[in-house]
Amino acid sequence: MVTDPAEGATPGDTSATDGPLFRVDEVGVRFGGLVALDEVSLSVAPGEVHGVIGPNGAGKTTLFNVCCGFVTPSSGTLHWRGEPVRGLRPHRLAQMGIARTLQGVGLFRGLTVLENVMVGADRHHRAGFTSALLALRRSDRDERALRERAHAVLTELGTETYADRLPGSLPYPVQKRVALARALVAEPQMLLLDEPASGLGADDMAELGTRIRGLRDRMAVVLVEHHMDLVMTVCDRITVLDFGRVVAEGTPDQVRDDPAVIDAYLGEEAA
Amino acid sequence: MAVPVRNSESDEAGRSVPPGRPRPLDVVRRWLPRSTFGRHALLVLVGAVAVVLVLETTSPFRNSQFATLSYYAIAAAGLTVLTGLNGQISLGHGALMAVGAYTTGLLLGSAGPPPLILVLVVAAAVTAVVGVVVGAAASRLHGPYLAGATLAFAIAVPGLAIYFDGVLGGEQGMQIDSPRAPAWFADAIYFLSANEMSGAKYLAYIGWATLLVVLLLLANLAAGRVGRVWRAVRDDEVAAELAGIRPGPVRVLAFTVSAACAGLAGAVLGIVVRLAAPSGFTIVLSLGLLTAVVVGGLGSLTGALLGAALLVFLPPAVTNLGTAAGLSGVAAAELAPLVYGVVLVLVVLLAPTGVVGGVRRMWQSIRNGAGRSGVGGNGRERS
Ligand SMILES: Nc1ncnc2c1ncn2[C@@H]1O[C@H](COP(=O)(O)OP(=O)(O)OP(=O)(O)O)[C@@H](O)[C@H]1O
Ligand SMILES: [Mg+2]
Repeated sequence: MVTDPAEGATPGDTSATDGPLFRVDEVGVRFGGLVALDEVSLSVAPGEVHGVIGPNGAGKTTLFNVCCGFVTPSSGTLHWRGEPVRGLRPHRLAQMGIARTLQGVGLFRGLTVLENVMVGADRHHRAGFTSALLALRRSDRDERALRERAHAVLTELGTETYADRLPGSLPYPVQKRVALARALVAEPQMLLLDEPASGLGADDMAELGTRIRGLRDRMAVVLVEHHMDLVMTVCDRITVLDFGRVVAEGTPDQVRDDPAVIDAYLGEEAA
Repeated sequence: MAVPVRNSESDEAGRSVPPGRPRPLDVVRRWLPRSTFGRHALLVLVGAVAVVLVLETTSPFRNSQFATLSYYAIAAAGLTVLTGLNGQISLGHGALMAVGAYTTGLLLGSAGPPPLILVLVVAAAVTAVVGVVVGAAASRLHGPYLAGATLAFAIAVPGLAIYFDGVLGGEQGMQIDSPRAPAWFADAIYFLSANEMSGAKYLAYIGWATLLVVLLLLANLAAGRVGRVWRAVRDDEVAAELAGIRPGPVRVLAFTVSAACAGLAGAVLGIVVRLAAPSGFTIVLSLGLLTAVVVGGLGSLTGALLGAALLVFLPPAVTNLGTAAGLSGVAAAELAPLVYGVVLVLVVLLAPTGVVGGVRRMWQSIRNGAGRSGVGGNGRERS
């Protein structure tokens, strides 16, 4: 685990590191013969909204999977708060301060909305197995604390009325919000969002944009998204992938007019 | 004996009861203790009173049926937690019961047998250790592979008893000396009911006391973080991992807890039947337990109890019906497994959430029909 000099500091507090919060250096991933990522680098500053765009199959989800330890890169390194990350395993992310939403919704279908979010808050739990087995007071107190955290985030996202419902019974946009709540309740310093706007209507998407902008004083956000207008309005910087390679990097304005980007997307339309 | 497995809405502060008319359950809830332990302990106390009433007013034959019910229910409760809450199937629970029964036999057969409570604890602990090993192997497997691995275990264990026939008694099995009721207990029951303590009745008391403790502990686990994490891993491993949960150890823990229950069940079985023999722990036992938890409703402790009751009371009832209809004794006895199968198929087809799930849904539709439910009103179980 990363030794954390700023343990206990508020999320988004950047006093511990002056450099980027998170850095990906020349990462390569191959699946058999297919090169999914080729020397991909990316740097996320604290409080920044960083977009990752590219046509279907460009390697965006794979990049997230590398950042989460689901895929071990064949080359390249990761740095979190200035320290190299080795042997990353997904279950360590929460403690490190990284949360991620999954493409789709990925909610626990047999758990109520509230329970889903409580699982997201699991890294804050204190009571152990024995106190749960014996239902000691400690365990009740712990549960109450988790429930309060979960409620607070559900309320923040306007979904508290669904607390006792199963996700399957809810409209898709509400499910997406619950998935976001589950990631936010962990109070990460960096949030990875994989296509959070897919399946949303114009209103929900606009609200999501405002919400993402509003997260910046608490955490950095890395956003994979196909909806260009959303990406262009909420991102501070954008990395463009095509066939596993970074073809452009810069502010939305720089990226918008980059011929390589237009090429990548035109190529997609022509295909 | 309703031991709720889910109680996401029923706790102290921060409870999320929707606005609107108070529901009948809320009125009841207000009178329940506020702590999880208090609530569950109250249910267990009510259960204990019921047990005394039932055992003191029924025949010795029924007493021994209830003793049988107790060990099926202990094992089924452990299995429903594993399969229902954590999504792991096990065909090896009969074999885990064998571990508990043989451990009990060895301990009670030793020169200076330890006190009964210690025997039960050791049987549970030994089986839990076996559970850690099997669970660790199983935690990497899913679906049919998991079923296959636990099946292999189920077949191997009775074989061990035959292989080590010097210690374990081989095919014949191992006689187990059942403990006798201590004087204070017999006196207490006499004081309460003016009934004498019989051997069979004492064994039923042991079984039910063990069952109530098991239900209390499992309900505690299921109601809180441990149960929630088990269900999360069951539903979506990747999402659980992103929340900082390690699916492997979580699975092993669930398997271990479940195995400890099976060990206790085996210990009670050994004491009640007075024998631990390979023929008592065949794959039929494991399948019976699975039937019980599926019919009762996966993940529900009440369902496990109902399912176990089915295992005990259905076969004689069916056999009686068969002989009444003019079948020979042998043919009538063969009806029972057939009826099991039919019941299992019917439940899976008509009420996949089992008896408890079906009742819960009916109760919900009645409630939603009568008083309109608030905005946050229960959409649970509707998926
Ligand atoms: N586990 C895997 N095994 C083999 N190939 C894979 C695997 N995961 C991804 N790929 C391949 O790697 C490439 C990049 O996939 P990835 O899912 O990262 O794309 P993406 O940019 O997220 O696309 P989309 O926009 O459709 O989500 C694709 O060609 C995909 O088929
Ligand atoms: Mg993708």
